Amino acid sequence: MSEAQTVADSGTAASAPLAMRGEQLVKRFGAVTALDGISFTLGEGEILGILGDNGAGKSTLVKILTGFHQQTEGTLHVHGQETLLRSVDHARALGIECVYQDLALANSLSIYHNMFLNREILRRGPFRLVDHRRMRERAAQCLEDIGVHVPSVDLPVERLSGGQRQAIAVARAVNSNARILLLDEPLAAMGAREAALIIDLVLRLKEKGGLSIIMIMHNYAQTLDIADRVMLMQRGRVTFEQRSAQTSVPELMEIVRREYRAMRASGAR
Amino acid sequence: MMGTVNQPHKVEVPARPAPPRGVLLAQWSAELRILLVAVLLAAYFEFANHDFLLTNASLVNLSQFVAPVAIIAFGEIMLMIGGDIDLSVGMVFAFAPFMMVFASNAGAPMWLAFVAGVASAALVGFVNGAVTVWLRLPSFVTTLGTLFLVNGITLTASRGTPVEAPGSPTFAGIMGAWGYSEIVWTVALALIMHILLRHTRWGLHTQAAGANPLGASEAGIHVNRLRLGNFVIAGMLAGLTGILEGFRITSIDPQAGGNQITFLAIAAAVIGGTPLTGGSGTIIGGLIGAAVLGILNDGFTLIGVNAFMFNIILGAAILAAMVFNIHVGRVRRKGGQR
Repeated sequence: MSEAQTVADSGTAASAPLAMRGEQLVKRFGAVTALDGISFTLGEGEILGILGDNGAGKSTLVKILTGFHQQTEGTLHVHGQETLLRSVDHARALGIECVYQDLALANSLSIYHNMFLNREILRRGPFRLVDHRRMRERAAQCLEDIGVHVPSVDLPVERLSGGQRQAIAVARAVNSNARILLLDEPLAAMGAREAALIIDLVLRLKEKGGLSIIMIMHNYAQTLDIADRVMLMQRGRVTFEQRSAQTSVPELMEIVRREYRAMRASGAR
Repeated sequence: MMGTVNQPHKVEVPARPAPPRGVLLAQWSAELRILLVAVLLAAYFEFANHDFLLTNASLVNLSQFVAPVAIIAFGEIMLMIGGDIDLSVGMVFAFAPFMMVFASNAGAPMWLAFVAGVASAALVGFVNGAVTVWLRLPSFVTTLGTLFLVNGITLTASRGTPVEAPGSPTFAGIMGAWGYSEIVWTVALALIMHILLRHTRWGLHTQAAGANPLGASEAGIHVNRLRLGNFVIAGMLAGLTGILEGFRITSIDPQAGGNQITFLAIAAAVIGGTPLTGGSGTIIGGLIGAAVLGILNDGFTLIGVNAFMFNIILGAAILAAMVFNIHVGRVRRKGGQR
């Protein structure tokens, strides 16, 4: 009840259910303040793009949302429940999955082994052998459902391109019944065609429903293309937040430029 | 043209439940390559010397060379896949039989003495793993230390003199005295270790941990527990091999095994298709790799080439195998990105 009240108070559209909401999140590492009061919302089924330079606090925010770090101050609501994410396992149990930049794939293992890594399907019997056939079927089915095309799920992932590997990492997260998906720089170091492949995949996941997505991004144009809403982070704060349709790359650039000038001016003083 | 995600709404991916034949062939390609080498070598030596393969005596001879190298290689392969190595196995080989003899002398029944011998080898493996994992030493350094340590313990405890193998003739027969018992042990252990590596979570996670330790732990895999366990497995297999060999030659010798057997086992693993880089490997390949070493050894002996020559060939074979593995791996990866 107080939940609905605060949502109304904070001026967000109270009718739309929220997957996640952060209130004044602060994270300090000793004397360093990495997050200086971040508030954000993530609607059910929404794609939120977070932009910002290195050191803006994006990675710290991701690590709080995945339970890797705990915030120093502030509160976090997951599906309407106030929650302190105690650990990565805790976050996972709540359906929060993250695809990190290093993808966490085992290159020498096959696609289907990677998709079931540490969640293997076991055969019945005393020896607890893994059920390759069912894992293979389920992996192929999952990839088919989200429209990822690979020659065979038996291929070791080292034989895939960067984009395909990213797609497998996303598929693995989705396959584990994620409801909130965090993508950390999913398009980093990718060519235009590879990036398009991942953008398509994310849009398809959104269309399927049941998944809310936060994307940490670098490229402004790509972000406006894919995200429903963008949030600009600078020096541990949110400096701008708008629906993608109502802003533009020049506007975002201008805000960044203004902040940069202000920083230089204060530095000169 | 491959490897593109289709446009939204134009999904047309056929499900692929069973691996097509080509994939099955690709899955076993490393083993098939080394098998081909083994068959060609055997054919050559059979041609050059007609008593090479198809007599009882030479088969027993061959199997007795192959068995200890192969069994120790199985443990080494698990470690190498996980990114580790154990240099102390040759010394555990001599250590475990003496622990068995001491237990037997203390009045334990033979089966219990045998268990004690294998358990003592497991303990050395545990120490290797614990120091490597918890004190964060490279396994190369840890096991270099325990190599000398265990050798010293064996020599001190035995006063440097061999003793007769204990136990009844039947027990000794099962444990290695009968000509083919060692190779039966080897094949059985190869099957068990192959299933462990390919069909259990333990084996799959070992491969994942060797390929990407950080990624494996992000996925919730207990990497250190796996590494420690694989050291224990390698120790047990080395101890068991030492006991089998002791019964075969009916004498427990503190000088048995040694660095020669360690490096033959690592050579068998490498020639069989397990690179030292971690992340991948094959038990069956290791078995065939040991067979290749055995064929080379017996073949050169029979056609009258001396042991010095054997080392030249062995060295060249290891280099060739590694170059081949790395080169083929590169070609295959390129081939994958059509």
